Amino acid sequence: MSDNVSLIELVNAGVARDGRWLVRGVDLSISAGEIVTLIGPNGSGKSTTAKMVLDVLHPDEGTRRQGTSRLQIGYVPQKVEIDWTMPLSVERFMTITRKLSHSDIDYHLQRTGVLHLKKSQVRTLSGGEMQRVLLARAIARKPNLLVLDEPVQGVDFAGEIALYELIGEIRDELNCGILLVSHDLHVVMAATDRVICLNGHICCQGSPAAVAESAEYKNLFGERAIGALAVYRHAHDHQHLPDGTVLHADGSITDHCHPDDGHHHEHHDKQEADSNA
Amino acid sequence: MLDDFFIRALLAGIGIAIIAAPLGCFVVWRRLAYFGDTLAHSALLGVSFALLFEINITVSVFLISIVISLLLYMMQKRGGLSSDAVLGLLSHSALALGLVAIAFMTWVRIDLNALLFGDILSVSRFDVGFVWAGSLFALAVLVMIWRNLFAVTVNEQLARAEGMNPDVVNMIFMVLMALVIAISMQIVGVLLITALLIIPAASARQLATGPEQMAVVAAIIGIAAVVGGLYASLGWDTPSGPSIVVMALMLFIISLVLGGKTRRHKPNHAEVSPDSSRGE
Repeated sequence: MSDNVSLIELVNAGVARDGRWLVRGVDLSISAGEIVTLIGPNGSGKSTTAKMVLDVLHPDEGTRRQGTSRLQIGYVPQKVEIDWTMPLSVERFMTITRKLSHSDIDYHLQRTGVLHLKKSQVRTLSGGEMQRVLLARAIARKPNLLVLDEPVQGVDFAGEIALYELIGEIRDELNCGILLVSHDLHVVMAATDRVICLNGHICCQGSPAAVAESAEYKNLFGERAIGALAVYRHAHDHQHLPDGTVLHADGSITDHCHPDDGHHHEHHDKQEADSNA
Repeated sequence: MLDDFFIRALLAGIGIAIIAAPLGCFVVWRRLAYFGDTLAHSALLGVSFALLFEINITVSVFLISIVISLLLYMMQKRGGLSSDAVLGLLSHSALALGLVAIAFMTWVRIDLNALLFGDILSVSRFDVGFVWAGSLFALAVLVMIWRNLFAVTVNEQLARAEGMNPDVVNMIFMVLMALVIAISMQIVGVLLITALLIIPAASARQLATGPEQMAVVAAIIGIAAVVGGLYASLGWDTPSGPSIVVMALMLFIISLVLGGKTRRHKPNHAEVSPDSSRGE
């Protein structure tokens, strides 16, 4: 973990909608030059957490603290839909939140490999092309905090690795903090400083190296079929049942799970991860 | 020159078109057509207030429209106004309320047709001045907030995350809508204001490749519709509002033909499918 002062910090943060906690008890900090990855299944609160970091959603409990007044954010949302009624070229899209010189536009489109699409209409792009344009637009802002919500969706496997390499390069170049959201762990791991597993709350966290040495990790990556969910097994002492209740390891069933209800042992995992690092 | 009612109507109409069309682009992009309709229909309430308190109709409509648009905006923010059923309910209720309120004021004689469909004869010197002052002011504000408003329109969360304030620009946009409705009501009438916002923008969509270009083309098409429509209205003694809208419709059809031709030569432009507009 980095010794730098954190750019942004969430303390015991949670968001509730219609009487239900989407995510709760999140402690998270991102420092300059650090890549933090949020993983978790669908509906685990990854995007919600990212939006709290971005200050798009305000936590209903807990706080968001900004470590610097000069926070320049670059954001790649999970989904950007351009209505057919809107004529919008890639070139113009690059400048929607900030003016850019022509050479800056070209340079950043070049870096993500989509310079040839500069004059194309955004709504005609494929999913993978759109992700590359979104990434180019976000890094062209020269952010000190980059938030990437599933940045490689729709990109083919080779392209995916190249994009993660690029994200690492950007971190070195701008010394920016990066929050990466993914439901899919295997490629993300290499480029990440810290992994946070989320499932309505923080299930476990640690350095990927520590996780990679664990038997569970080998189990996960040895058999891809097990999929990203398997990574939770090392931390999961409870199971979310289809009806929304929670089955704990000791056989008890509760309505919710909270970080402080005594059924968790994520600190154990965290310590293990840190000592292995 | 301003003594001629027709010149006054032309000037007022052009003044409206140069702001209604660019603003209409945002109405189209944000799918606010029904929202605009609701707002326009509630203008009739503004008219009844004007008659009741004996103040200028345009000023009264502007004030009422601001109140209603802010109310609608807040309801929309709370998420209770997503369905077109609610908007339809409000839209026609506002129209009916306005008509009933006016009917109750038996001491005033008023040309209801002029209110609903516009009347070039009713445009006073004050109105022309008000239209141009309002229009130029709104245009200046729109240019000032353009980058932010456009970013918020493309993706509100992206704009918010990257340091813009969507609430402020959305609010300003609502006030601009109210202003445009107030100044266009006498020329095109309550029932047809939305057409003036939307049809030039939709026509420009067929021809433009960028948002700024679309706004400028929409303004030009809007001006052409006003001028053509008013001349037709004068020549055939038809009400001015419907004449302008019919002219706008003809320009839209022409734009479809022209747009279809250019699109076939540019592979980058995907076919416009009406179905996709209903997505989300």
